[in-house]
Parts: sequence; structure tokens; C-alpha cells
Amino acid sequence: MEAIIKKRIKQVLKGDQDAYAEIVEIFKDKIFQLCYRMLGNRHEAEDMAQEAFIRAYVNITSFNINLKFSTWLYRIATNLCIDRIRKKKPDFYLDAEVAGTDGLTMYSQVPAETTLPEEEVESIELQDTIQREISKLPEKYRTVIVLKYIEELSLNEISEILDMPLGTVKTRIHRGREALRQQLRNV
Amino acid sequence: MNHEKMIAYMHEYLDEEISAEDEKELKEHLQQCKECFTHFHELEKSMALVKSIAHIQAPSDFTANVMSKLPKEKKKVGLQRWFRHHPLLTAASLFMVLMMGSLVSTWNAEQDLSVSKQPNLIVRNDTVIVPEGEVVTGDIVVRNGTIRIEGQVEGNVTIINGEKYMASAGEVTGEIKEVNAIFEWIWYHLKSGAREIVNLFNDEKGEEQSLDVAVFHPYIY
Repeated sequence: MEAIIKKRIKQVLKGDQDAYAEIVEIFKDKIFQLCYRMLGNRHEAEDMAQEAFIRAYVNITSFNINLKFSTWLYRIATNLCIDRIRKKKPDFYLDAEVAGTDGLTMYSQVPAETTLPEEEVESIELQDTIQREISKLPEKYRTVIVLKYIEELSLNEISEILDMPLGTVKTRIHRGREALRQQLRNV
Repeated sequence: MNHEKMIAYMHEYLDEEISAEDEKELKEHLQQCKECFTHFHELEKSMALVKSIAHIQAPSDFTANVMSKLPKEKKKVGLQRWFRHHPLLTAASLFMVLMMGSLVSTWNAEQDLSVSKQPNLIVRNDTVIVPEGEVVTGDIVVRNGTIRIEGQVEGNVTIINGEKYMASAGEVTGEIKEVNAIFEWIWYHLKSGAREIVNLFNDEKGEEQSLDVAVFHPYIY
């Protein structure tokens, strides 16, 4: 897999844009998922994930071919999401939380056209709850938890992605886990 | 028993970085201490819940959207890729380009009157005359001029970028051709090129075929 990616990157470096489509295909789900879990919103997640791929393409010449491409791509995406979280959300999205309603989104105010089976509703509700609790985490804990438990990356990789000492990564994961334990124990 | 220490062990365990010794100590402790057991159980449960939502996919048009937003690639590369994928067409189009180029330049380069050399042809200003009563043998080619045929021509007459006047007494045993437009000029070249190739081909075949050539030749145009 890593060999294919390297080959495609070399083609992209020669200016072959089509080769980049294959790279996007390989990583799109991972990057989209990272953005979605970081931002808690599909719209923003899609924007950020696209932006991450565009930035990676534009800056491909600064990528060191001897390093792991995924690490570099994750770093771009993570930084974009963190910037986004830090900025006050100026946009309005249907699935953004409605202020002061504790977890109600605009979707809940739009009447559902079809009735879903009860189990599915429960499952969707559970997923929403988990996502909401992740979104409540401070951004520095959220990042490491998402990278570790959603993206299933190793502590070393996370440390490389965030350009942060391994010890710091561990501390943040421990704190993130403790926070989520408090938030999710009664689910 | 130190509660803080046990929580630190729990995290080491969850990071899979605990030593065998500490792990043993933690497990023994968890069996005795209900508070720690609950704490550990809650940690494991919450992480299992987080993991359980990890399977969403990017929208189906994601890659297409990204590709459409990329800055345009250099034209050069697009061409190179096209050439790589169509080697035969590349060779053919290169040939055509060179061919056209050389023909167009010869067409433009020759603006002066020129005529094939036959001793009894008369050239006056821009007009070539086949005098009355004379017999001109061989093919005549006139470029950028007019030909007036009053006598007899034993062969073909080709007029490039010019006109012909045929007197009533004039006679041409071969064909008369006028080439005026640039495309005709190119076509003429292609045909004469083909004829040369055919001649070459026939020459190689040797004398047994010479009879065929004689029949073949006048009709090659």
C-alpha cells in the first residue's frame, strides 16, 4: 500500500493530476471521519476534509517522500480542524446544535418524513450522544481521543502527527479518557 | 492501597504499555477494590462506545469534488500524458504537421515563374508558349505563369498557380492539370510522392515488370 502511494506521489510531483485522485480515494474516509468527529458536523467536515486534500496537493513539493504520507495528511487535516474549532463558527448548518437547547439540532425541529424502526432510532440516538460528548471535550483532548479511538492510530503516530512529545500525547489521552468516563458512564 | 497509582496503571494498561508485574498488581487490586473496578469498567465502556461510532464514510462524490477544486495542471503534462497514451496518433500527427509545414513553405516560397526545360519552348514575360507547328516532347510544368499552347505537346502539362490558353491547333497527348489552391498543391505533392514510391517499388522489382509499369504509369494521377 505504502509503495503504491509513493508511486502515485511521484506521478503527482511530475504534474500528473489524475494520479492524485487515487490518493484521495485511499484516504477520503479516514480524513472525512477525522473531520466529522472533530467538528461534529457533516457539512463542515466535508469542507475541511476537501480543504485538507487540496492543501496537501498544493504543498506536495514540501512533502518528504521518505516519510509516511498518511502522517503528513493527518497533520494537515488535524490542524485545519483545530483552527476551525478555535474560530467562532460563523456559518449556520442544519445539523449544528441550536443554542440553549442542549443537544437539539435543526434536524430535530424538521419533522421526519419516514418513521425509522425503533432499534435504528436508538442506535442513531446513541451515536448522537457519543458524538455530542466527544464534541464537549476541550479541543486538545478531543484531537488525541479521535486519533486514537476513531482513527485507531498508535501513540507514536499521534505524536508525529501533532508534532508533540510522546509523554504529552499520553497525558492528554489519559485526561481525555477520564473526561469521557465521567460523561459516558450513565449512557 | 494507592488509588492514584492504580488509575495510572489502568491508563498504562489501556495504552498497552504496562509491565507484566504492574498488570498483575492491577488485576489483583481490581478484584478487591470495588471503587477501582467500577472506575476501570467505566473507562473501558466509554472507550468502547467511542470506538463504536467509527465507521462513517465520505460522501460518494467526495473525490470528484476534490479533483474539481484542484488548481489546473500545466498543459504540458496533459499533452505528455496524451502522447504517452496514444503513441501511434502522436507519430501520425507529428508526420502530418511536418509534412504540411514543408509543403506550405514551398508553396509560399516560390513566387517566380518557373518552367521545365524544353529547347523549343518560348518564354515571354509570365507566359510560356508552345509555338505553332512545333512538337514539344516530355512533360511540361509551369509555375506561377500562363501557358499558351499553339503547337503540340507530347506528354502531360501541369500548371501550378497559373492559367492555360489552348489554341485550336494546340494539342496535348497527355493530361492537362491545373493546381491553384493550396490544398490541391498538397494533394498534387502527395500523389507525386506516391508515384515516386510506386516507381521505386517497380524499379526494385526489375525488368520483368517493366511492361506493367508502362501501362500503369499514365493512370497513376
